[in-house]
Amino acid sequence: MAKQYETVIGLEVHVELATATKIFCGCSTKFGGRPNTHTCPVCTGMPGSLPVLNQKVVEYALKLGLALNCEINRYCQFDRKNYFYPDNPQNYQISQLYLPICHDGYLEIDVSGEKKKIRIHEMHMEEDAGKLIHDEWEDCSLVDYNRSGVPLLEIVSEPDMRTAEEVIAYLEKLRMLCRYLGVSDCKLQEGSMRADVNLSVREAGSRGLGTRTEMKNLNSFKAITHAIEGERERQIELLADHRQVVQETRRWDDNKEASYGMRSKEDAKDYRYFPDPDLQPVVISDEWLKKLRGEQPEFQEERRERFQKAYGLSEYDAGILTQSRHLADLFETVADLSGFPKKTANWLMVEGLRILKEKGQEPEELSFTPKHLAELIQAVERGEINHANARLVFEQILDADVEPLHFMEEQGMRMVSDDGALAAAVEETLCENPKVVEEYRSGKEKVFGFLVGQVMKKMMGKADPGRVNELLKKRL
Amino acid sequence: MGRRIDDATMDNVELLAKLTLGQEEREKVRGELEQILDYVEKLNELDTEAVEPLVHILDEVNVFREDIETNGDGREEALANAPRSKDGQYMVPKTF
Repeated sequence: MAKQYETVIGLEVHVELATATKIFCGCSTKFGGRPNTHTCPVCTGMPGSLPVLNQKVVEYALKLGLALNCEINRYCQFDRKNYFYPDNPQNYQISQLYLPICHDGYLEIDVSGEKKKIRIHEMHMEEDAGKLIHDEWEDCSLVDYNRSGVPLLEIVSEPDMRTAEEVIAYLEKLRMLCRYLGVSDCKLQEGSMRADVNLSVREAGSRGLGTRTEMKNLNSFKAITHAIEGERERQIELLADHRQVVQETRRWDDNKEASYGMRSKEDAKDYRYFPDPDLQPVVISDEWLKKLRGEQPEFQEERRERFQKAYGLSEYDAGILTQSRHLADLFETVADLSGFPKKTANWLMVEGLRILKEKGQEPEELSFTPKHLAELIQAVERGEINHANARLVFEQILDADVEPLHFMEEQGMRMVSDDGALAAAVEETLCENPKVVEEYRSGKEKVFGFLVGQVMKKMMGKADPGRVNELLKKRL
Repeated sequence: MGRRIDDATMDNVELLAKLTLGQEEREKVRGELEQILDYVEKLNELDTEAVEPLVHILDEVNVFREDIETNGDGREEALANAPRSKDGQYMVPKTF
């Protein structure tokens, strides 16, 4: 019988912080600026320049550390990690090794109904590197230091994950926490969240750890899943063949859907860390921690429960709406403004999430005025617009944030509930179609639909069909 | 005194520093590094058993700046120092 193998996975996740400026200088962190226009002597590593720590980076690190149930190092310090590479202008990266700001926490994940704690080994603050572009024409590399010095948190887990599903659940949960806290937007494609996967396999039941490899350059959940499955197979084949797994860094190639070992020379890990004498230690007081604890938001679990109780939503609906803090905020505002929480939940979940999916967007990208959706929902409930038209208006609110009442008027979508005009149309229809009226009265109920149609035509489609039925029945 | 740096260590230091030294240079550097080690070795003559490791020479802690953008576009000034540049970027030997 073939041997059974177990996969053992630990993650190193880098999260780019949503601060306005870099970690050690007052340069902008905006993504996508023209090359090198967000740089200064500090983040280009000029001799004699002096880094000064951005206080917000420490606060964001503490907020995430508290959310990850970490111990806080009340006295922490920055260290220099030395290596030569053109994306790193100082020839060292300012990071934390000896006294990282947080350690020994955990994150609870939920995979198909089963809860599991993934332990956090440590979390530290550091600076990002610049970007290299390879210029084939000139046979050289071009460097852009806009990203150099952008603040990062690196979150290192223990090797507690066993499957790709657990890894994705961990990343999704971590991303949700970061977004609830507002510390990072965590976009994998833009690189504001990056995950390195450490993976080894061992025979099922064995306690020791096998030799691990580290995979880099994974920038989507799909790439992460495929890389994990591929690397697991590769290592099992080696072991089944009585060959050794070599400890190495492997780079994922998204086009070829495979990982490749990097040359071992690049992998020579001797960073000669030492405390950075340019930066003074950080001391975190009880008062500071207390203040930050008080500022922690209501996280998903609590909010889901509150939505069920306060708005009468199902656990499923409340769960979906609270996946994103932004979506949950929108729901809450619109529900309170409109007075129709269940309808609000339906609009956001059914229509809203469908449209987002079609556009390939995330809930964070919804940017309409809550009052506009509330007005549309109220108009629907008052019978002033039919459902098909309301869907069109909803799309316009999402696309262009139109004012629904104004837009309905302009497009002639507003239905007349004025009984005077409607009653007149009913009378007219009855007078114009005496034969049909006769047929209906003698028991041919099928013709009723024809009469409704005639009334709607006179009202140019702007009447509530329910009300038309009611008035016709009364007169027949 | 008399600490010798062996060839393997010299190879590793060259690799980490991304330098290739000629034989003569290598012996000169080896001698200088040995002198530095001897100099630092003096510290081992002291008893530091009860001394807390020093993290920073200044007593000051929590030196922060606020998260406010203060720098403009420093590109042209910085690029003026670059031996080669193209399209506002630093040009360096091909690196993977």
